[in-house]
Amino acid sequence: MSWTRRHLLDLQSLSAAELTTVLDTARAFRAIGERSIKKVPALRGKTVVNLFVEPSTRTRISFELAALRLSADVINFTAESSSLKKGESLKDTVRNLEALNADFIILRHGASGAPQFLSQFAHAHVVNAGDGAHEHPTQGLLDVFTIRERRGRIEGLNVTILGDILYSRVARSNIWALATLGANVTLCGPSTLVPKVFESLHPRIRVTWDLEEGLRGADVVNLLRIQHERQRISAFPSVGEYASLFGLTPSRMATLSPDVIIMHPGPINRGVEIASEIADGVQSVILEQVTNGLAVRMAVLFLLNGGRQGELAA
Amino acid sequence: MNGVLLEPQVLVRTIARMAHEIAERNPQSEGLALVGIQKGGVALAGRLSAALERVLGHAIPVGLLDVAMYRDDLDRRAAPSLMPTEIPFGLDGRTIVLVDDVLFSGRTVRAALDALADLGRPRRIHLAVLVDRGHRELPIRADFVGKNVPTSLRQRVEVRWVEDGGDDTVLLQEVAA
Repeated sequence: MSWTRRHLLDLQSLSAAELTTVLDTARAFRAIGERSIKKVPALRGKTVVNLFVEPSTRTRISFELAALRLSADVINFTAESSSLKKGESLKDTVRNLEALNADFIILRHGASGAPQFLSQFAHAHVVNAGDGAHEHPTQGLLDVFTIRERRGRIEGLNVTILGDILYSRVARSNIWALATLGANVTLCGPSTLVPKVFESLHPRIRVTWDLEEGLRGADVVNLLRIQHERQRISAFPSVGEYASLFGLTPSRMATLSPDVIIMHPGPINRGVEIASEIADGVQSVILEQVTNGLAVRMAVLFLLNGGRQGELAA
Repeated sequence: MNGVLLEPQVLVRTIARMAHEIAERNPQSEGLALVGIQKGGVALAGRLSAALERVLGHAIPVGLLDVAMYRDDLDRRAAPSLMPTEIPFGLDGRTIVLVDDVLFSGRTVRAALDALADLGRPRRIHLAVLVDRGHRELPIRADFVGKNVPTSLRQRVEVRWVEDGGDDTVLLQEVAA
């Protein structure tokens, strides 16, 4: 047991022991989700604010349900309906939320580093729910959790992350967690979206622009959505061309090991990065990822709630 | 003052006596089940189940309960490790004997009662502990006690189960100030 952090800002700075603590804790919370009363009183009396400056429905719902199942009170704060629209700064918004005694602030923001900035002055625990193209730590944790539950380990596995790496915070969080826990990570996609420079992040990472090579020997394939909204220039000629060159089709699936698992953080574009029959197939763990996301987010809130410095008990 | 509260042979006899008391109080033993509180209550629940089986002539099911999520001090300490809760039987309508090794403030038992309530509705819940060391902070008492030991707050009771790598002794130790 090794958790003393007040905030969860990224996975890059987490040790293997810290990552493992979250995964072990998440397992206990997944069991809670399988019983008839799915609620525990661990965060009773605490207030969790979902501060989503950049819109997101599924991540917010997952955090909201996680907080509710821990018996916390939850406030949802979105940019469209808030004072941020009226010109208030992020700092002032957060100060106001803290004046209402918010204990946790779950921040989704379009700017990389926004959660880090918040953590420098906030009294509340800050959880990064996705910042720009930087990190999406709870998504990385739930992906690693899903892999570990399915394959029993992370170390030594070959994980291929396929698609838009350049603009993806999901990819970055996955890369850090997987590399720290000893997986071999292959990044694959069009050269415009998968820069060679990613190999310099960690010795366990390799980049390939050739799909056949990228899929060879894979134990896990994690497909990322093409983020049209983040691309200022078009990184490939057409969606059709992307699908034909990098889409996971049944014929490409046939070249993979029969116990490979197929992951996707959602929302999926059927017929683009993944064929429908694969998304719905037995090797797909896409909906399991959603279930596990809830358990992982409960674990993160639970761990951050404890662990205040100088009060480490047995 | 450091000392041995229970030697291995006495521990075995104490558990056998507790099993007899549990059997005596529950003449209709069909619905009886034990639930050991993680972590110290798990070994005792296993021992009591085996002893009860010898007395009653049929197996008594055992469950494990982790109460960490129900503690009332979660924001005052480092987040505890979570251990498995495994209760392989329905609680509804059963007589449950909640089992722990040491009864102290009573807060763990309070948490365990809340945890059990989220898992079902037993007909009755008893409490069995190996050592009652006093200093209750809540109105909770045990129905079955292996040994009552007056202690000071500067002492700790250590139960060294063979199941957890120990030698089956129970020790009373002074905690360094």
